[in-house]
Amino acid sequence: MQDAWIFDAVRTPRGRGKAGGGLNTVAPIALARTSLQAIRDRNSLDTSLVDDVYLGIVEPVNEQGSNLARVAVIYSGYDQSVPGVQINRYCASGLAAVNMAAAQVMAGQARMTIGGGIESMSRVPMGSSRGAWATDPQVSIYTKFVPQGISADLIATKWGYTREHCDEIAVMSQQRAAAAWAEGRFNKSIIPVKDDNGMTLLARDEHMRPDATVAGLGKLPPAFLQMGESYGFDAVAQQRYPEIEQIHHVHHAGNSSGIVDGSAAVLIGRKDVGDAHGLKPRARIRSFASIGSEPTIMLTGPSLAVDRALSLAGLTVKDIDLWEINEAFASVVLRFKDALGLDMDRVNVNGGAIAMGHPLGATGAMILGTLLDEMERRDLRFGCASLCVGAGMGIATIIERVDA
Amino acid sequence: MIQVLADNDGVVTLLWDTPDKKQNVFNAEAMTALADALAQANAIEGAIGIVIASGKRDFVAGADITMLQGMASQADDVPALYAGVGTLSKLLRDMEKGKLPVAAAINGTALGGGFELALACHRRFAANNPRAVIGLPESGLGLLPGAGGTQRLPRLIGVQPSLPLLMEGKRLSPAEAKAAGLVDELVEPDALLETAKAWIRTKPSPQQPWDKKGFKFPGGSSEDAGVANMFMVAAALYQAKTFGNYPAGKAILSCVNEGSRLDMDSALEIEKRYFVGLIRDPVARNMIRTMFVSLGDANKLVRRPQGVEKLKVTKIGVLGAGLMGAGIAYAAAKAGIDVVILDTTEEKANGAVDYATKIEDKAIASKRGTEERKATLLARIHPGIDFAALRGCQCVIEAVYEDRAVKADVTRRAIAVVGGDAVFGSNTSTLPISGLAEASSHPDRFIGLHFFSPVEKMQLVEVITGRSTTPATLAHALDVVTALGKTPIVVHDSRGFYTSRVFGTYITEGISMLREGIKPALIENAGKMSGMPMPPLALADDVGLGLMVAVGLATQRDLGMEAPINPSTPVLEVLVHKNQRTGRRGGGGFYNYDGKNKSLWAGLATEFPAAETQPDVQELIERFLIVQAVETARVMAAGIVDAPEDADVGAVLGWGFAPWTGGPLSYIETMGLGKFIAKADDLASRFGERFRPPTALREMAAAGSKYYA
Repeated sequence: MQDAWIFDAVRTPRGRGKAGGGLNTVAPIALARTSLQAIRDRNSLDTSLVDDVYLGIVEPVNEQGSNLARVAVIYSGYDQSVPGVQINRYCASGLAAVNMAAAQVMAGQARMTIGGGIESMSRVPMGSSRGAWATDPQVSIYTKFVPQGISADLIATKWGYTREHCDEIAVMSQQRAAAAWAEGRFNKSIIPVKDDNGMTLLARDEHMRPDATVAGLGKLPPAFLQMGESYGFDAVAQQRYPEIEQIHHVHHAGNSSGIVDGSAAVLIGRKDVGDAHGLKPRARIRSFASIGSEPTIMLTGPSLAVDRALSLAGLTVKDIDLWEINEAFASVVLRFKDALGLDMDRVNVNGGAIAMGHPLGATGAMILGTLLDEMERRDLRFGCASLCVGAGMGIATIIERVDA
Repeated sequence: MIQVLADNDGVVTLLWDTPDKKQNVFNAEAMTALADALAQANAIEGAIGIVIASGKRDFVAGADITMLQGMASQADDVPALYAGVGTLSKLLRDMEKGKLPVAAAINGTALGGGFELALACHRRFAANNPRAVIGLPESGLGLLPGAGGTQRLPRLIGVQPSLPLLMEGKRLSPAEAKAAGLVDELVEPDALLETAKAWIRTKPSPQQPWDKKGFKFPGGSSEDAGVANMFMVAAALYQAKTFGNYPAGKAILSCVNEGSRLDMDSALEIEKRYFVGLIRDPVARNMIRTMFVSLGDANKLVRRPQGVEKLKVTKIGVLGAGLMGAGIAYAAAKAGIDVVILDTTEEKANGAVDYATKIEDKAIASKRGTEERKATLLARIHPGIDFAALRGCQCVIEAVYEDRAVKADVTRRAIAVVGGDAVFGSNTSTLPISGLAEASSHPDRFIGLHFFSPVEKMQLVEVITGRSTTPATLAHALDVVTALGKTPIVVHDSRGFYTSRVFGTYITEGISMLREGIKPALIENAGKMSGMPMPPLALADDVGLGLMVAVGLATQRDLGMEAPINPSTPVLEVLVHKNQRTGRRGGGGFYNYDGKNKSLWAGLATEFPAAETQPDVQELIERFLIVQAVETARVMAAGIVDAPEDADVGAVLGWGFAPWTGGPLSYIETMGLGKFIAKADDLASRFGERFRPPTALREMAAAGSKYYA
């Protein structure tokens, strides 16, 4: 087996995912192009070396539809020999794209690959692609489908995370993200998005609320109360978890991930190919795993994915120096930390999606880049990025800096 | 059966008038007759269109239940089921695709297949007949409209408005049906046929909107985002409401969701597929039997002794104006019967009038009642304290406090006035009838009439014969129940009779689970998921924990060593004696109460610590149903109830025993006697002898016999 190395990772800033948001005027394919061109230009990359491009998109319809990855490759001016494929593993798509791209290199079937993702949530809203899981009654009833917010509240109820615990996580995310921006910790990877005339549209994550406080967040109304109580979803969740008397609705707009636009890309390849073309390997992909778990509680898969990735790498929790867990909801972070016995000092040290937002298809690739940047800054060896995923999946990728 | 009447102007009327029957219904014969009539009409030279009309008071009442039962009993022959449901579906499809326009002249009630026939017509005219109802009530039988109803209704009025009509089987008046778009025109009854014919004479297009190119669903099809999201919520609400126990709702959702993406012919295939799925499901078979056939038989008094002249009920007496007495008085007055209601003071007796006033005022407020009806009804209730007023009553019902001495006293005073002329009914729920009858000088006329609370809502009356009750008294008692508009089951005297005895096992089981260390929320959710109307601990709080302790002590006192071991007693004692928690009326029991909200008392976790491992909810659901079914089997074995139909109807109507099962005996038979006995024996070895099936059931299993032949 070949080793797969990360040569570079870039991301756009995240724009508020609604009309008036910084990236709302940018077509999804143009957002993808921003990251793909940056990968090419920063590395003076001969794109004909790229044997495949995976892009995660969670709502692959309308202007994000068809196979945006291949068309974005052409549209970015890559060599026409470069193929592309769009993938969807819900919220893990960006990291799944990286893993699949790495797998081709590991299997000896590719020299260089790119994994990344794009989501313009302001232009192709969540739920646009619908699908059988939520809207075919045969399927939704069989699988006991509930919206993710209900799952997040179910996790909080089951493990006793209160509204205050969740709001503390939210405030921590905001403060850490603000500090990271203030210290320029993201500068290495952020690619400002410009319009066709060269005017900068967005250079900084714009979803953040650095002055958020637990007391302030306490005033926000629960987001999933009506869905749970009036639309029947609490009852559905309780039929899977009948030991629960009542679901406590603790999540709201302020302690859940933000709805944003953005894209990201990670350049992966064989070390010898990189050497031959003057590319410096930054980290090795040690192992990765995707798993499935109980789909109604849905969001407790990350720790299981981590277990599997650790065992594939022959490592233990203690070996990992730094963690990124996608902040889909505060309770996901709390459960991940508790399930693995982690200290928050090593988890999401530069904030996460509660502060900066979660552009569904891109986030996985974004947090892997954020992890690598911070590992380099702190000179650490092992890092792990993980995300909770729709329908009960989980994903984790372990990377290792070799010169650390 | 269906006459083909051609007018000179080319309008052909198909007059459906089934000979020797009160109503037109769809069965094999009727389908053939309709096919023939349509063929004849189409063959008439110069025919310009067809009006389908009824020669009965009603249009078409639906499908022949016997036919549906027949289909349900051949669940293994899938091709035959497809052929069965396909016949009418295809007949109606051919009709709407034919060359002649067809109008429905809906003169009265059009339900189920009857309304599906109208839906397949190109225009629907309904007589403004306030007695008529229109709708698709198949879900109440565990089925769905299988002749295009799930496809044509949403295409006619839109997906969202059609779902409650299909899933809840709502019945609309003709005026409501017009407002909802189910019929096109509302016509005065004597102008109905002519209006329909006049429309045909305009030579309208014989093409349905949904067969026209570019047809769009009103409000959008499942392909539209709003409708798709609605299905997401509708599926959750279905589960919240039914716990998945009633497959018809799910099948209807899917018929509409999937069918609305397809053309009509493919959509009808989808509908047939789900119909066949439902009719193969024991839920439909059991619900049809219990909720339709057996309930109908009970209302027809099939258990009434033969050769006894029918009792004409015009005046009854009620002793005791408490909750039950007032409820019985209200039911009587509503049924047009004069009722004398006595209590110890005028004020107490007047309580019955207040009770009736309250119900009627509520009905008026929600536009279900009128001032006139209220006045007529109240005028029939005669409160007082003088037993002499009972003179002339055909029946006296005693509904005083559950105390033998008090009951004996009022019985003697009433009998002194009415003697042996009137049926004397006791509304006791627990005290053996034969003992109470000893207070009467006419024990042959003494019988138990166990009403359920609230009387105005609960349909069942458990009629209990005592040692001396004569067949004539039973016959007359059944006549009284019918006159009150209620459904009777016949039960023989014993402790707890039938319903109270079996119902109690459900609560007891829930409470004993607590003692085993099962989490209270798990117990309660399992109760709900089993299909029982309330979870056991909440129900115990409503019954009253103090009362349950008292009843337990009384049983112990009466039976001594013979009293069955009640595993809930130690738990109740902890609640009532140690913690002074006596139930809802006492301010709290298993739950804390805060206005409309309630939550499980946190102290349960310390008094009954949760076990390390918790059982699967399915096991608890089975325990709830099996413990009741075993007790019902014992009741049958002891000869307390004669007819399995009465046992099942009484269970569903009396205490809401999981209606999806069709009743405890249907539940046993659906599982199979052998498997049921094995499961019950296993539960008995783990949790106690209360699960041990009676010998009689083992003998039935060994002999290969069943409750329902």
